[in-house]
Amino acid sequence: MLLALKDVNTYYGQIHILQGVSLDVAEGELVCLLGGNASGKSTTLKTILGLVAPRSGSVVFDGEDVTRASTSRRIERGMAIVPENRRLFSPMTVTENLEMGAYRRSGDLRAAFERVYDLFPLLADRRSQLAGTMSGGEQQMVAVGRALMSEPRLLLMDEPSMGLAPILVERSFEIIQAVHEAGVAVLVVEQNANMALSVADRGYVLQTGRIALTDRADALRENDDLRKAYLGR
Amino acid sequence: MTKIGTDEWVAQVGERTEAYRGLTAPVRRTWDGIPLGWRFAAAMLLVALLPVATDSSYVVRVGVNAFLFGLLALGLNVVVGYAGLLDLGYIAFYGFGAYTYALLSSDQIGVHLPAELTLIVVVALTAGLGYVLGLPSRRLLGDYLAIVTLFFGQVFVQLAIHLDRLSLPWADGPVNVTGGPNGIVGIDPIRLVGVTFSSVTDYFYLLLVAFVALAVGLHRLTASRTGRAWRALREDPLAAEQMGLPVNRLKLLAFAVGGAVAGFAGAVFAAVQVGVFPQNFETLLLIMIYAAVILGGAGSLPGVAIGAAVIAVFPEVLRTPDYARLIFYGVVLGGLVALLRPWSRLAAVLAGTVVLGFVVRFATAAAWPDAAAVAPGGLVARALGAWVATPPNATTVGNVAFVLLVPAVLAVTRLRGPARTWALPTVLYLAAFVWETRLVAEPSVTRQLVLGAILVVMMTARPQGLLGTPRVEML
Repeated sequence: MLLALKDVNTYYGQIHILQGVSLDVAEGELVCLLGGNASGKSTTLKTILGLVAPRSGSVVFDGEDVTRASTSRRIERGMAIVPENRRLFSPMTVTENLEMGAYRRSGDLRAAFERVYDLFPLLADRRSQLAGTMSGGEQQMVAVGRALMSEPRLLLMDEPSMGLAPILVERSFEIIQAVHEAGVAVLVVEQNANMALSVADRGYVLQTGRIALTDRADALRENDDLRKAYLGR
Repeated sequence: MTKIGTDEWVAQVGERTEAYRGLTAPVRRTWDGIPLGWRFAAAMLLVALLPVATDSSYVVRVGVNAFLFGLLALGLNVVVGYAGLLDLGYIAFYGFGAYTYALLSSDQIGVHLPAELTLIVVVALTAGLGYVLGLPSRRLLGDYLAIVTLFFGQVFVQLAIHLDRLSLPWADGPVNVTGGPNGIVGIDPIRLVGVTFSSVTDYFYLLLVAFVALAVGLHRLTASRTGRAWRALREDPLAAEQMGLPVNRLKLLAFAVGGAVAGFAGAVFAAVQVGVFPQNFETLLLIMIYAAVILGGAGSLPGVAIGAAVIAVFPEVLRTPDYARLIFYGVVLGGLVALLRPWSRLAAVLAGTVVLGFVVRFATAAAWPDAAAVAPGGLVARALGAWVATPPNATTVGNVAFVLLVPAVLAVTRLRGPARTWALPTVLYLAAFVWETRLVAEPSVTRQLVLGAILVVMMTARPQGLLGTPRVEML
């Protein structure tokens, strides 16, 4: 397993947010984490990346227990995130944004830039444009490109469809698939269950801080409870 | 994903870019074409001629002051403009550098180290102090950091005042470290590789070299990976953390660089003044440096340098009533020309103001027969004497007029259309009246008022400062 969470309990102050969450992502797998508002999706990502520390349980990445490791350490080990709402450095150029994604890596970044520009040729043309002046869909590419600059083995995506027009949501998931096909494992956190399940291999459903359901993506799509709760039909 | 031809947006960017228009267009295009380095070199060459062009040591001293402001502003720009850390204890580093140099180069504790060594010690110590102050401040954001660092700045001043009677367990009596309110005097001049800097002009050139070196160094730092990481940190600390940027190390580095620059400036200041006193490092100076950074545009090196020059030179110019007048009426006139459209409206307002002035002067001549002339001055003053009404008890009438002026100005900003055009001459005349009866004779008050007014206007018209980049908002 590339990533394994075992019985993770995370608190915000006295509030018990994640209540014994266990999940895993295999090498090269595309897994989605579904759930409604306040179900603990983002907290799960923050725990994986080390932005919040769990009170108990463990996070194992690539055979190493990183439960107490810093965010920088985890990124060095091969994690990367596309944050919710993308959070680009808006007054900086595309190139500069991409470079920030590879800050942890020393040495020649040319190969990493080439890889991103191959995946998103549009970014190559726009390399000196300020990220904040781009459209939502273009910003999404910069955000994914920035995360890929560290050549991660696991890409975490927090609500990629958030704030995008329907056509761009589709585009966004095409990007996710492209990354997945390049051999990178992806963990997508989404509210848009339909879209997420159409590309994912497996899925987890979070409900008020617990894993309520887990199965193969095609099986989840047929699951009656899930359909009632999230797919609205 | 297709990769054919060029990107549409990129192909059109040339024709979509707005061209300069009007008479100034060729000048602005040429100006844009000159590389930044050339502009900087030309400006510095001009400045270098200042001591040659004047034989007044006062003017050179103002230049020295401007360079000290410039160094401080460049240093503060690293902390505030690049890393986005609101450091209100910045002046303490300046003071710490000055006092360290003073202690190591005077009879205060009887140590006279060579200046080369002292300057290195000062820079190392202030950089270290910046690092240490940064340590507990790493987790503090925005306002909280501001409070803690403000406290630090105050502590420094208090220590400087009270460390003249320090009781040490092994010493017999109280030990005098800082000289208390009397400060430390008789500081050695800076002596580098056999050259002694003794006159103000010497220090002017020393500071010029230091300023150029720092500006070039910081320019290169901005263009480096660390510089870009600082900007990323300022724009979005959370995203920076999620990208794995060493957020804490970057903050500490900014504090250390800012501290070292201020420390160096402090050391030169101590040598120029031949003495250091606690009141040299009060909060007012901090406000001035912040004003320079904000006025010039936080994050822009040339902007901050220009801001520092303006803040340093402006109050000096305002000391002379005639120059102050020129600036006041120049700014008012310039503002009207820039803001009033069309030309007929501008002409009407100006003519109205002039006529109103003569009418009021004529009408009040009967009531105030023994009126004193306006504050003496040159040609402008004489011309104004025939126009501005001069009450015998200028202080009282001026004060009343000043109180009336504030709501009048506010009212004009609220009025729209013809009403504003009609109201403007009265308000303008009232402003001129207040200026002549009260403000021109009191430079100390006027300086603060004018500076404040400039900052307010600046922040309203150009929130990013003179040369700062406007913030691009997401979403």
